Amino acid sequence: MKMAVLVKQVPATENIKIDPVTGVMQRDNLQSELNPLDTYAVEQAVRMKKNFQQSTVTAVSMGIPAAQSILRQAIAMGCDEGVLLSDRAFAGSDTWATAHVLAKGLQKLGGFDIIFAGERATDGETGQVGPCVAVQLNIPVLTFVSEVKIEEDGKILATRSVEGGYELVRVSSPVLISVVKEINEPWIPDYNGMMKSRSASIKIMTAQDIGVDKADCGLEGSPTRVSKVFYPKLTRNGEVFSDSDPEKAAQKIVDFLKEKNIL
Amino acid sequence: MSKDIWTFARVINGRLTETSFELLTWGRALADSLGSSLCSVFISSKIQNDEVDKLFLYGADKVYAIQDERLKNFLPDIYMKAACHMIKKYSPHVVIAPADTFGKTLMPMVASRLRTGLTADCTELSIEDETGLLLQTRPAIGGNVMATIKTPYTVPQMATVRPMAKKPLKHKGSAREMVEEKVEEEFFTSSYEYVGFRQDESSEIALNQAEVIVGGGRGMKDEKNFSRLYELASLLGGGVGASRAAVDMGWVAYPHQIGLSGKTVSPKVYFAFGISGAVQHIAGISGAGHVISVNKDPDSNIFNISDLSIIGDCNEVLEKLVKKLQETGAVIKNERV
Repeated sequence: MKMAVLVKQVPATENIKIDPVTGVMQRDNLQSELNPLDTYAVEQAVRMKKNFQQSTVTAVSMGIPAAQSILRQAIAMGCDEGVLLSDRAFAGSDTWATAHVLAKGLQKLGGFDIIFAGERATDGETGQVGPCVAVQLNIPVLTFVSEVKIEEDGKILATRSVEGGYELVRVSSPVLISVVKEINEPWIPDYNGMMKSRSASIKIMTAQDIGVDKADCGLEGSPTRVSKVFYPKLTRNGEVFSDSDPEKAAQKIVDFLKEKNIL
Repeated sequence: MSKDIWTFARVINGRLTETSFELLTWGRALADSLGSSLCSVFISSKIQNDEVDKLFLYGADKVYAIQDERLKNFLPDIYMKAACHMIKKYSPHVVIAPADTFGKTLMPMVASRLRTGLTADCTELSIEDETGLLLQTRPAIGGNVMATIKTPYTVPQMATVRPMAKKPLKHKGSAREMVEEKVEEEFFTSSYEYVGFRQDESSEIALNQAEVIVGGGRGMKDEKNFSRLYELASLLGGGVGASRAAVDMGWVAYPHQIGLSGKTVSPKVYFAFGISGAVQHIAGISGAGHVISVNKDPDSNIFNISDLSIIGDCNEVLEKLVKKLQETGAVIKNERV
């Protein structure tokens, strides 16, 4: 089985601090990391590889040259190789253009049975790229997947985590599967993985390599435009109640709910 | 090219979802500022006429529908074809869908196929005066950044909006037109086989549709205490949410996690019991109407974003609050359709 997993480099949010006065995120010294929700996609691909002989997993990303580091991380987690789609022409791509570049890259690499993706990236938070890639590749997409089984006849039975429950859906490969966090518990890369990732060479492909027209990527190829960006204040100046008697605190909550016309 | 505003409605088990009506409230404001028609569109098995009438009651001027028994379940490829077929035929100016698992699957597929812009999880939509374009405002990086996005060159301009962000509003319209769209037989070939549905017993109320969410964190101390949050949630007709810490401890399953790597919710009231208020968690609740927090630590970050901050033991306060609500029999005022 030939698998790919789509990954993205995002600003590390683990140590984000909020300025207590302005309520605005402090953006200094932001490090980058592999999108945390992509690690579940990587882990799922790697687990399936272990269950199927002669399987391979290719991690694919679109990004700046520095994004090679997240492909190395994917290799440390068990992927066989990393491919970075990188070109100045890709800068400013929205979800449509990003999906177009990824789809072209995947087509060029060719022959994937399953393409995994995370639910969404923790920076853009759209969750749109996975389904868009699938449509551009003209293959089915399964979103919000919390369990995947390969049946004896090779069909794929997936559990989708939807509002109020789980939907069971069956498809044939090739398919794109975007996974949710509940699907697995990623392993921390071991020593061998780390060593392998250090020496691995990341394949870099440009717009020309994958046959992407400049009019179909970057800002030019993007149907959307950002017209304004602003930083909202997240703080609320609420009432503080500090009487240590829990009975009184409970009454305070009831009064508050009544006052707000909720109860 | 019409200036019509379309909102997606969804049918589950023969009934329109609450979100279908909320979306009409979003759409009504846009249609009014453009002086155009508001159209509700759905793809489903055949539903009752009085169910369809509700769409008119809540603001639709026109309803477009493709109804067939084979459309009972959400089969993404057929739904995509159906949506693209109607959009191409009637060329709406704007198409809005809910930012739930349905909208967030269907809309990217449709936008990709039509090569047009789609903006996810909008918290504000308006019409730009000079151009008549849709201004789509959305949070990113956990609500720390807001961006206003436009789709200037292509139509339709597509957006998803968060469920629960607006209330359904009754509207006295004059036009009430129902267009039943017929499609070819070949339409119904799907790559998907719908196998079944399993209800999540622990959270009967989908968190992104709950009016009240009772969230718990590390401060609940153990699983047994944590499970008491369900008592309060059930008294208030709400759902139980959790911080990542509580999920990592195994007290509750991941679908309950709220925050940057969990769900984003907009309930009328959010309770934070023993939640410190990490940036990642706060990212998921910035759309909440009122935030009530209980925490022992007076310096917890959660208090910075709370409307009512109770400094105290979350387990003790929870117990007293449950008792009080049981005794008085107070219930949440319900405004649902």
